[in-house]
Amino acid sequence: MRPRAVRMLPIAAALAAALFLGGCAATRSKVDPLEPMNRAMFEVNDVVDGNIVKPIAELYVEAVPQLVRTGVTNVFNNIDDFFSGINGLLQGKTEKAGNDFGRVLLNTFCVLGLFDVASDLGIERGNEDFGQTFAVWGFPQGPYLFVPLFGPTTVRDGSGVLVRVAVGPVGFIPYVPLRNSIYGLGYVDLRAQALGAGEVVSTGALDRYLFIRNAYLQRRRYLVYDGNPPPAIEELEEQE
Amino acid sequence: MMLVLARRILFAALAIAALAAMPARADEAPDAMVKRVSQDVQATIRSDPLIQSGDQARIRDLIEVKLVPNFDFTRMTALAMGRNWRSATPEQQKRLADEFRALLVRTYAGALNQYREQTLEFKPLKMNPGDTEVTVRTQVTKTSGSPVQIDYSMEKLPDGWKAYDVIVAGVSLVTNYRDEFNEQIRNGGIDGLIRTLADRNKGAPAK
Repeated sequence: MRPRAVRMLPIAAALAAALFLGGCAATRSKVDPLEPMNRAMFEVNDVVDGNIVKPIAELYVEAVPQLVRTGVTNVFNNIDDFFSGINGLLQGKTEKAGNDFGRVLLNTFCVLGLFDVASDLGIERGNEDFGQTFAVWGFPQGPYLFVPLFGPTTVRDGSGVLVRVAVGPVGFIPYVPLRNSIYGLGYVDLRAQALGAGEVVSTGALDRYLFIRNAYLQRRRYLVYDGNPPPAIEELEEQE
Repeated sequence: MMLVLARRILFAALAIAALAAMPARADEAPDAMVKRVSQDVQATIRSDPLIQSGDQARIRDLIEVKLVPNFDFTRMTALAMGRNWRSATPEQQKRLADEFRALLVRTYAGALNQYREQTLEFKPLKMNPGDTEVTVRTQVTKTSGSPVQIDYSMEKLPDGWKAYDVIVAGVSLVTNYRDEFNEQIRNGGIDGLIRTLADRNKGAPAK
């Protein structure tokens, strides 16, 4: 037993050293080790979005009245609220989960999810998702990823989205054209909501890739900590 | 995900818009100040058809007169620069703060009009007597869509409370620039960053 352990020692030491050195060398790009690839994907996204997706979203806003668009958003949000409740439970946040399930019941049975009466009554959305659950469970964030037509994510958040897609409910619709239409509508709905913000990023950013990456990661951190994130290391340095 | 996020960024405009000015009273509480300023800006937008029709010169005027005096742009720039701030000369610091201010004004002028129909709620202020730093927490509700949290980091200066950061749905408008500023400084030094900011303010497109 003992000789074997001794033989393992150099290997363990080498591994530890590699991890340590790797950790040091990577401090700058630790969150985004795949930056060159991500930037390439960002450019692909610009082309496809600018030529196809954005024009469709603009057309949607022009052709469909605000009231209908809000209804569409609310129906999708209502489904998300249900899964927010599930994730609240998975994280042990029973009060939040209760709010979410209450919202779903209220909005579904009063108005088929077309209006958000629960918000009007002051029942706040939990905004939980599988990515946040994984974070609370201690899974590491993993590299930052930029996926064309999807946007910024991380390995952890992206895994959460895959789980979310797998559990449905749209994926369970057997009639494929209907299923795809609903996916498409959900996508255009989200893109349409973001039209104004794209302008802000284009005017305000020095480097849109970094602007979006930072905003995304800050936002996710804020959500994981339910709106009360501890100060980041750099902020602490600032206060020294 | 990105799309949802992008929508949040739009609220940055509303956040900046919420800080318009009337002559500040030295003993005014920070949350009272945010409230007064935001109501003033909303009232101005509602009563000015030129602003509503998107007249950019007029909108910038509104921002310069009512909003800008309530921000500490030097501290905002220092925060966005991080440790690089200390290696800038006083002259560079002044130019940086001026250009950063112009960039923020330009950016949020475009979206100001959307601010008209918002309602602003205030969360209880956690503040001890004698505090000179405080976070004012607000929640903005639009006629449709989920409410958005907007927090203002504020400091007490001799001429009243000033905001030095605005955090929209968890995204700090100021520290969000830190990586971009660092990148510019790595590539072209502090003067390179000043140049890039100046170019952007003259209308050059973002990378």
